[in-house]
Amino acid sequence: MFTIVRDLIRYNIEFAVGLFILLLLIAAVVLSFFSPYPAADIYVVPPDLPPDAEFWLGTTSRGQDTFWQLMIGLRNTLGFGVGVAFLSRILSLVVGLTAGYAGGRTDRVLMAINDSVMVIPQFPILVLFYFVLKDDMNWLMLVLILSALGWAYDARLIRSIAMSLRTRPFTTQSVYSGMSMRKILVEEHLPYVMPVVFATTMNNMIWSIGMEITLSVLGFTDVDTPTMGQMIYWANSHSALISGIWWWVAAPVGAIVILFIGLFLLSMSMNEYIDPRSRLNRMGV
Amino acid sequence: MPTAVLQTPPAPAAAEPVLVVDRLRAYYRTHAFGLDRDIRAVDDISLTVAPGEVYGIAGESSSGKTTLIKTIVGAIRPPLAVVGGSVRFRFGGEIRDIYALTPAELQTIRWRHLSCILQGSMNVLNPVRQIRHSFQDFAFPHMGLKPAAFWQAVRAHLARLDLDPAVLDSYPHQLSGGMRQRTTIALATVCTPEFIVADEPTTALDVIVQRDVLTMLRDIQRRLGSSFLFVTHDMSVHATVSDRVGIVYAGRLVEEAETPTLFRGALHPYTQHLVASLPRIGDTTRRASLPGRPPSLADPPSGCRFHPRCPLAMDVCREKVPALVEAAPRHRVACFAVSGAPS
Amino acid sequence: MTAYLIFISRRFGQLLLVVFLGISATFFITHMTPVDPVAESITAITNFGKADPEAILLMRKTLTELYGLQGNLFEQYLQFWSRLARGDLGPSLSAFPTPVSQIILRALPWTVGLMISATLISFLLGNTLGALAGYYRNSRLLKLAGLALIGLQPIPYYILAFILLILFGYVWPVLPITGGYEMNADTSFSLTLVLDILRHSILPAMALVMVGAGSWLTGMRALTSNIVTEDYVTFAELGGVGSTRILRSYVVRNALVPQLTGLAMSLGAIFNGTVITEIVFGYPGIGSLLISAVHAGDYSLVLGLASLSIVGVAIAVFLIDILSPLLDPRMKAE
Repeated sequence: MFTIVRDLIRYNIEFAVGLFILLLLIAAVVLSFFSPYPAADIYVVPPDLPPDAEFWLGTTSRGQDTFWQLMIGLRNTLGFGVGVAFLSRILSLVVGLTAGYAGGRTDRVLMAINDSVMVIPQFPILVLFYFVLKDDMNWLMLVLILSALGWAYDARLIRSIAMSLRTRPFTTQSVYSGMSMRKILVEEHLPYVMPVVFATTMNNMIWSIGMEITLSVLGFTDVDTPTMGQMIYWANSHSALISGIWWWVAAPVGAIVILFIGLFLLSMSMNEYIDPRSRLNRMGV
Repeated sequence: MPTAVLQTPPAPAAAEPVLVVDRLRAYYRTHAFGLDRDIRAVDDISLTVAPGEVYGIAGESSSGKTTLIKTIVGAIRPPLAVVGGSVRFRFGGEIRDIYALTPAELQTIRWRHLSCILQGSMNVLNPVRQIRHSFQDFAFPHMGLKPAAFWQAVRAHLARLDLDPAVLDSYPHQLSGGMRQRTTIALATVCTPEFIVADEPTTALDVIVQRDVLTMLRDIQRRLGSSFLFVTHDMSVHATVSDRVGIVYAGRLVEEAETPTLFRGALHPYTQHLVASLPRIGDTTRRASLPGRPPSLADPPSGCRFHPRCPLAMDVCREKVPALVEAAPRHRVACFAVSGAPS
Repeated sequence: MTAYLIFISRRFGQLLLVVFLGISATFFITHMTPVDPVAESITAITNFGKADPEAILLMRKTLTELYGLQGNLFEQYLQFWSRLARGDLGPSLSAFPTPVSQIILRALPWTVGLMISATLISFLLGNTLGALAGYYRNSRLLKLAGLALIGLQPIPYYILAFILLILFGYVWPVLPITGGYEMNADTSFSLTLVLDILRHSILPAMALVMVGAGSWLTGMRALTSNIVTEDYVTFAELGGVGSTRILRSYVVRNALVPQLTGLAMSLGAIFNGTVITEIVFGYPGIGSLLISAVHAGDYSLVLGLASLSIVGVAIAVFLIDILSPLLDPRMKAE
């Protein structure tokens, strides 16, 4: 594991930059716990101050320090992405491994559901959820809903790997030695799909964080948990751009763009790393 | 000098060769995640092919046969790279150095003068288009005919090869393996090129179809008078098709002789093994298999590359690379046990 | 040919399943919650003035009927389907009594137009650049173009649209940043109107193309660099076939089938993007309608929009899916 990371840093510039961005974000998350102001409190500092030595990213029209808002927002946004990624990975692993291993009718039924989830437009459904849940649409609820919508594509990917694993001799051997299906999937097949699971995690986070930002900006989530989207929402509702408080908008938009590019670089380099052709070159076959 | 009179008279094949390969070296160069590797698939190979001659190349799989072919026809795509040597064709009295030509010049030679029949007839034709499009793309620009005359020529050519012109309207997946290969051969010969390279043209086919295809190839060769470079691992095919055979082992040419000489009096221990392993009618003795595996081309053995598997290996074989020398007229071999160890 | 018919019928079954699951989800999400749309509507209406209890009672009865809320959940579910089949989605609350279907029909052309043109442009642009970049792997210009598009790809639609809005609305105000056409324009058909509509569609379409083209480019580039190692491409090169012809008839032609399947698969996501982009640029399509319906608490309009977008996207996916085998004779005949 350590040597893999070392090799990737040394020979893959995308991975090195992505990892650097990720470390910056983790630093921001750690920093957020030392915020001098409680996240939700308003009018704790003079409003509308441009960036200076005391307030690095200025202050908002709601009297909050933009820098600390950004740190706390990053924490919540990243936590959101990780939560959705974790839950949806479990779903896609269960569905993908089962469908690929079991084949036949089980596979057809699971894939029919899988493909349906894949093509259904998610945004209207999310808006619908907000419409009926209103104030109950909190952070955790959104994690659950997005997890339920965001597993299908990766389940298909995992299924295709599981299908090829099923035909390998070691699987047959496990079957003959009396291992249960659950045991085979967890102990024999899971290690093979883990690299793919890691690579898809990044893409899934890009997707879920994007959705969360869009919904928050539109005011379709719990407006009191500060996230990246919330910051833009409040900035918009105070017409920050028109009144020239540009740093209030620029800070979250810049942070989001950096966050996404970091995640994207990591996913790209991991995909390259697990690509069979580059792997063959690496192993020197 | 009086001894000159005693030398063998020049063979008819001594006419200007149509292909001269000189000290050709081609490596696969890969670098991934800090690992640089050279796979020496073609290492210092020289050979010539006379007009109208069928030159066979034999060797185990992964001995570098296919790479040699690719290098000779100029199908070089990274990671494959030509490291040294040259490939010269002689078309219409003009010498063409494959690596000195511009892509546009190369394109004018292809199919008109130099065509190929590739291994794996399954995948060489575009799967999503009808076969007529392949004829159109490959042959039309090189024949200089008006469309009507062109299609007439194509149909006549197919008829000569006992192929139904209806194949033109088929998709590759609609034809059987044998039909596909025969169609590919028709495609490769429609422009009557001087030089045809055939890489394992019969390997994927069943035995009956194999014989059909070989007969067809031999027929065409006689009719067109083209030179062939014929690659296959199957020594019995060489026995029927090739005029002269070169044996490739681990990227090097180890022996070369006219087919009858090679089958009757092979000198290199590896060739002897290849010939001995052929089945003969009435012979019921067990065939001895060669110990060991073909060496890795990325890290070949020192000295003679065959020495770890060679029954005659001497100390010198581990240290020095034997040169390919003429052991008899038109019979070259690279082996210290034959030519004697250098002092 | 029979294989193709079997393929179509299997895809049709898939279409029915998607519609069934999507619509059922829509129904149960809205009906399993404690929110009572009738009570909400009555509150909304009576906010304007006092009404006597008898009128409220009558209103409650009418509204219950209009929303299809009589009987138990299962009866409501059946009723929902039968009304949907007739295209009856009930009256809109915010624009009472205009039928929801009529409001949606007015917004639909904008969304469909924006989505089709942006998808076509990004599909063509991304695939062309991707094929070129995969085939001419050493071109620095193509690498640069690829890098730019791929770099834009992970940025969420909303953020990119927002950045474009700032750039062209405040920094360099040359393009209209909101609406589908000039506010006080003459809406009778004329060249000026067409040009005006086109001008208004540039920014939203640009946002969609910028985000969308990158993924087509990466996909096509990977497919191309795989296909160029196929025997039929090597053979064509040895056959002296020109490189433009190889690229077009051998490489791209073979890559098109998986790319079309990919288009069908990602149509849902493309629709999401269109809707979100519309909201940023105040484009008068489904997206803007959905947001204003949510803010107005227009129950039947939200329900209708969600159901229709699921059905619409599913049908579009179905159509693209059954078209793609026509490009591959192996799948059609078998």
